[in-house]
Amino acid sequence: MIAGNTRAFSAQRYEIRDFHVCFEIGGVPFVLTAKDPAFIAMLENRYANFLRERVCARAVRIRIELTPPWCATGDAGLEIYFKGARWVMKRGDFYAEWDRDLGRGTVRQSANPYAIDSVIRIMLSLILARQRGFLLHSASAVRGGRAFLFCGVSGSGKTTIARMAPRDSALLSDEISCLRCTASGYYAFGTPFAGDLGVAGAAVAAPVAALYFLRQGPRNRIEPIDPPRAVAQLMRNILFFAKDCEAGAQVFETACDFGARVDAAELTFKADPTVWELIR
Amino acid sequence: MNDSTGKKYISRSQAVAARMLGEEMMIMSIRDSALFSLNPTASAIWQAADGVTPLREIVERAIVAHFEVEPDTAYRDAVELVEALAGHGILKIAAEPARS
Repeated sequence: MIAGNTRAFSAQRYEIRDFHVCFEIGGVPFVLTAKDPAFIAMLENRYANFLRERVCARAVRIRIELTPPWCATGDAGLEIYFKGARWVMKRGDFYAEWDRDLGRGTVRQSANPYAIDSVIRIMLSLILARQRGFLLHSASAVRGGRAFLFCGVSGSGKTTIARMAPRDSALLSDEISCLRCTASGYYAFGTPFAGDLGVAGAAVAAPVAALYFLRQGPRNRIEPIDPPRAVAQLMRNILFFAKDCEAGAQVFETACDFGARVDAAELTFKADPTVWELIR
Repeated sequence: MNDSTGKKYISRSQAVAARMLGEEMMIMSIRDSALFSLNPTASAIWQAADGVTPLREIVERAIVAHFEVEPDTAYRDAVELVEALAGHGILKIAAEPARS
């Protein structure tokens, strides 16, 4: 007989430690918490330009509960709705609930950065709607202290124009820009949401000088467009996911205000850096 | 939607957000986020759509008084416009004035 009587020992049970990452996008602070330090380290790397040392009291706090990859439910489309006092956001790869007034929420997802990226974009779009701001499907860059927006659907040339940006500019994003109205007009903020360029934007902000709707063509040309046309195009490119009447009306109101105050034009460009000679 | 006297009353839907931009009215349907833009004459009719003023009177005041157009022509065009807007759910047409 090898084993004798089993002796049982017990110690105090402890909760597994939480790890967190703090960052700020477009003036909106976030604190993400999870129990997996490797996942948090991955997010720190992803949001490196936007990290903050201190946890802000008004931060949006999100607890991430990591699930095994096989828990994802395939290609289910995005659903967003308001239930009780909470927003519910779900897609094949995540399920999230968020109390916007308390600024707290939980996300169930596997350990990949894309799901939490999507959740943050949705939350940002809802937060910004109340603060005279929005996320725009556009590349953007700061040059000479002013921000220029290059708006268009996939394939219109956002990444191309971002890739050709001169050295004296700072890239805010090649895919999704953050716009907010301040006391001194509309400002564009950098975001970590990268497109094909695969590079996060700089965590800087600058007053918006112009909004360009991109079109690729044989020569570089800028044609101004009037505010109603600009707003119509702008609305097609604003990221807003929720079917919420109040927030939708707020976004429309902000888009109209933006269209009335910011110069807009169609920018036809050929794929070489000379286009940036027009952007000043 | 004509009553016995042929009057029509128009009112703006509650399920829209609208804003004047320059001389044009931009309207968004809250239900489906569809966007509409109205030119200055259509904007004038939209802004006067209070649910209690007959459409013909709106046309007289807001269109005929300001533009070179025959009253009957302006009214016919206005009826066509308001029926199109009603078809998109952003304007309501009634045979009776709205009760306040």
